[in-house]
Order: sequence, then C-alpha cells, then structure tokens
Amino acid sequence: MPDAPGLELIRGEIEMDHPGAVLDSSFDRGQAALVVAPEHILAALTWLRDSPGHEYRFLSSLHAVDYLPAEPRFVVHYELLNRDRVERLRVKAPLDEQEPEIDSCVDLFPTANFQEREAYDFFGIVFRGHPELTRILLPDDYVGWPLRRDFPIGGEPVKFTYNERNYG
Amino acid sequence: MASPETQTPETTSEVMTINIGPHHPATHGVLRLVVDLEGELVRDLKPVVGYVHTGIEKSCESQSYWKVIPFVERMDYVSYFFQMEAFCGAVERLVDLEIPPRARYLRTIFLELNRIHSHLVWLGTTGLDLGAISMLWYCFRERDKILDLFEMATGQRMHTRYFQVGGVIEDIPLGFEAKLREFIADMPVRIGQYEDLLDRNEIFLSRTKGVGIVSRERLLELGVTGPLLRAAGEPWDLRKAFDYLAYPEVDFKVPVGTVGDNYDRYRVRLAEMVESVRIIEQALDGLPEGPYIADDRKYVLPPRSELSTSMESLIHHFKLVTEGYRVEAGEVYYSIEGPRGELGCFVLADGSSKPARVHYRDPSFVNLQAFRDMSVDGYVADMIASLGMLDPILGGVDR
Repeated sequence: MPDAPGLELIRGEIEMDHPGAVLDSSFDRGQAALVVAPEHILAALTWLRDSPGHEYRFLSSLHAVDYLPAEPRFVVHYELLNRDRVERLRVKAPLDEQEPEIDSCVDLFPTANFQEREAYDFFGIVFRGHPELTRILLPDDYVGWPLRRDFPIGGEPVKFTYNERNYG
Repeated sequence: MASPETQTPETTSEVMTINIGPHHPATHGVLRLVVDLEGELVRDLKPVVGYVHTGIEKSCESQSYWKVIPFVERMDYVSYFFQMEAFCGAVERLVDLEIPPRARYLRTIFLELNRIHSHLVWLGTTGLDLGAISMLWYCFRERDKILDLFEMATGQRMHTRYFQVGGVIEDIPLGFEAKLREFIADMPVRIGQYEDLLDRNEIFLSRTKGVGIVSRERLLELGVTGPLLRAAGEPWDLRKAFDYLAYPEVDFKVPVGTVGDNYDRYRVRLAEMVESVRIIEQALDGLPEGPYIADDRKYVLPPRSELSTSMESLIHHFKLVTEGYRVEAGEVYYSIEGPRGELGCFVLADGSSKPARVHYRDPSFVNLQAFRDMSVDGYVADMIASLGMLDPILGGVDR
C-alpha cells in the first residue's frame, strides 16, 4: 500500500495531468483509496497503469458497492495492484443514482470483462463500451438488480402442513 | 493424430456450434460451454456460468458478522478454510483485532491441509478425465485422511466453521498432532507415487504436454493468479508477497513452470503439495503455546465454563449471540493465496452488526476467462484437458 503521504503525492500528480479527476482520497485501516470522477475514470486508470514509477498494472478485483443511504449511492471499486512493489491501491468511482453508467475498462484490463458483467448483473450499472454486457450469474430474463440494498430478500413461507394434517 | 495445421479444408469446412453441459461429467460442476467446432477443432468458445448461483453475497448482508462464516464457506466448497480465512481476516482488519500466535499457526496448518485436499480433488478428477482412472481412488484415499483430521479437530469433515473472528473456535484435541505427523510423513511418499503413476503414463503425457499454452503476459492481463500463472513462469504468490498468518515465519518455495502448458500446471500443483507439507511440518514444530482465540470479549465468545460463574461473561455471551458485535463504518479488501489463486474478500461495514456488503473475488471466476485462450484452435479433447487443469470450482464461480 502507498502510505498516506504517498497517496497524496499520487493524487497531486494525477491532478496535474487531469485536473478535476480526483475528488477525494482516503487512508483508512492501512488501505489507500482514491475517489475518481466517473467521467475521468479511464484517464485515471490509464495514468495509474502506465505512468513510470506507479505502474499499477494488475487489476485484482472490480466490484460495485451500494452505499445506501449515502449519496452518491453506487460506487465501482477497482482494486489495483503493483506487483513489483507489492502495493495495493483502491480506486473508487461514485455514480449517478438514477442512471448509473461508467466507461468500461475492458480495453485497459481484460480481466474486468466478467467482473463488469457481474456488477451489471447485480447492480444495474451500465459499463459503456463493454463487448458483451449481459447478465452473467442470473438468468437473462431476471427482473431487477438484486444486490442493491433496497431490493428485498424474497422467500417462501414454510408451510407446516404435516403438523396441521396430523395434529391440527 | 493429425496436427491442427494438417487438417484439410475439405474435411473441416463446416463450423458447428455445440453445447457442452451444464450437466456433463467433464465440466467439473455445472458449467455450460458453447463451443464452435470445425471438425474436431475448437474455433471459438464461451463459458456460460450461473447455474448454481445461490445469492450468498446477498444473504450475507442480512446476517450478523459471526453468522456469515458458514455462508461464505459454501461458495467454493472445496477450499472452505480459505473462504473462512478471507472473511475472518477482513473483519479482523476492520475491527483491528490481533489474533494470538497459536491461532495464526493453527490457521496456517489448516489452510495448507485444505490446499492439499483441494489439489487432491483436482488431481483425482482431472486424472479421471485424462484416462488415468485409478488416480481418483488414490487421491481420494489421502483426501479422506485429511477429512478425518478435519473431523477430529473441528467435528465436521467439510464446512467446518472452525475459524472465528479472533482466532479458531477450539484448540486441537489430544492425539491430533500425532495423527497429523503421521499424515505429513506419509504424504510426500504418496505424492511420489502419483508422479510415478502419471509421469510414465503415455496417454496422460501426450494429452498434457504442449497443450493449452497461454503466455504469461496474457495471463496477467486476464487477471489469472495461482498455479495457472505460476506454471507460466511467474513466481507470484500472495503468501510470499503479503504478510499474513504464519507464512513469513516458515520456509517454503514457490514452484514455477517454464512452458505454461497443462503438464506444467500439473507439475506446479504437485510441487505445491510438497511445499504445503513442509509448511505444515514447520508450523507444527513451531506451534506456540497460549490462547487459540483473542481475549477481546467484545468480539469473541467467552469460554463456556465462565458462563456459570461470571455475570459479565453471561452478558457478553448473550449480546454476542443475539445481536452480534457492531463494526465501525469502514471497508477492507483482504486477499489470500487460495488453491486456485488470489481469493479476495471485500467487506463494507456501516456501523451495524451486519455487513453492508460482502464481495468475494473468486479465483475460479476470474481464471475462467483464460479458458478461451487455452482452448481455441485445439482439439475438443484438449479443451477438456485444459478445463481440468484450469480447476474451476463452480460453487465459487457462481457464488
């Protein structure tokens, strides 16, 4: 992990190349995170991947999180990893609640293909430019985005018919 | 067999789309493959997953933290100790709870036993696919010994719920150490026997050597980790890279391959089993005395014996069991080296006693993306071999 001052340096350097890209940075429980404006996400990820001295070339994980009731609700997390220095950096892109959309990073990180489909499947986040944005784990005709926090957990009530029949 | 290049266009002009699975013995679970075949050659391939999706991540959001553990164990049902460690480790980092040294060592021992168990299941079933049918029975014999060890220490053969936030639920019982030592003395011999069975098996060699090669650059782009990446010559192992559990204190090697074909994948996994045995041996020798679970009563259940004498313990026990502990708002991504690669767990806490989001970065799910690269322009039979060597666990893929 970059330490807290290191994170601020990275933030400053991105700000120089892409003004307005970084909205916030946080260093919590030893984990560094950058909050990036969604319209600049590809620029920021490309910068982090290719700038000499940073080179976060491995995308460990991409997942979406619903922060309800906070605003903005939907945030896409990119867990970047520099394997030479063994440093992790989390990039977070907060999205609009009504129409959560963000550019797909499949061209930068081919590993994001399945993971973006998973985020679409569960949260309804649209990744623009994704080669095949369809549901991956749920059936194609499923309605709703089940991992949103306001999506109810369904279930069937248990019917105790055996007891009713025999002892009721 | 004719090589792919020598097949003439006349014999292989028609491209046919064939559906393999979801229920098929060679797909190692409920995986569907939509394959474009030109004669015997795979021209395109698409894995279709989701047939055993059970919504575990959603279910976790309505359970208090300690009740999540049995849920996550059932994702990747072959490496349940790793699933537990990923979740417990993430929560420990969220609440800043240090686990005692004995617990670190015990966890290391059980994780490595689980790694051997997982590789044995892989070796047995893949051997079965590749015409070495007897491998299954040999591997499952040793696997059963590991399950016996699990049962002895935890009471369960699978899905043990042994790791807790703060340590492990119970100390190892009397006689466990002797039985484990017997196992680790026996296991290297057994691994040698597997090698003897397979390394001179002409069918196995011709079906694995030079098959399914993917370059290491491509694997890294696709996010592939674990034995698949190491077989391509990249010595990347989270046990070495990051500092967790007792791994910094034990000496072990990271086996790597050179070519990156299916044969290397097989060799790397066998060598990993030998290294796991070494880790267990060292962890057992250096197993520290002391408590096996942390002493923080806000997160850890008090010992059963205290409940009848201490009012405070009774209150803690009641609060922990009924409501669970609250975790201050925050988020943590914690990753460990599972038998298939980087197993990451992301936990978001919102201040309540239930996690607001649990996400697993499952190595099988990510590695499956490399399957197309491994199989395209090879034979169908080689595709089956590559799928075995990829070792996806569909419970983990679909979660």
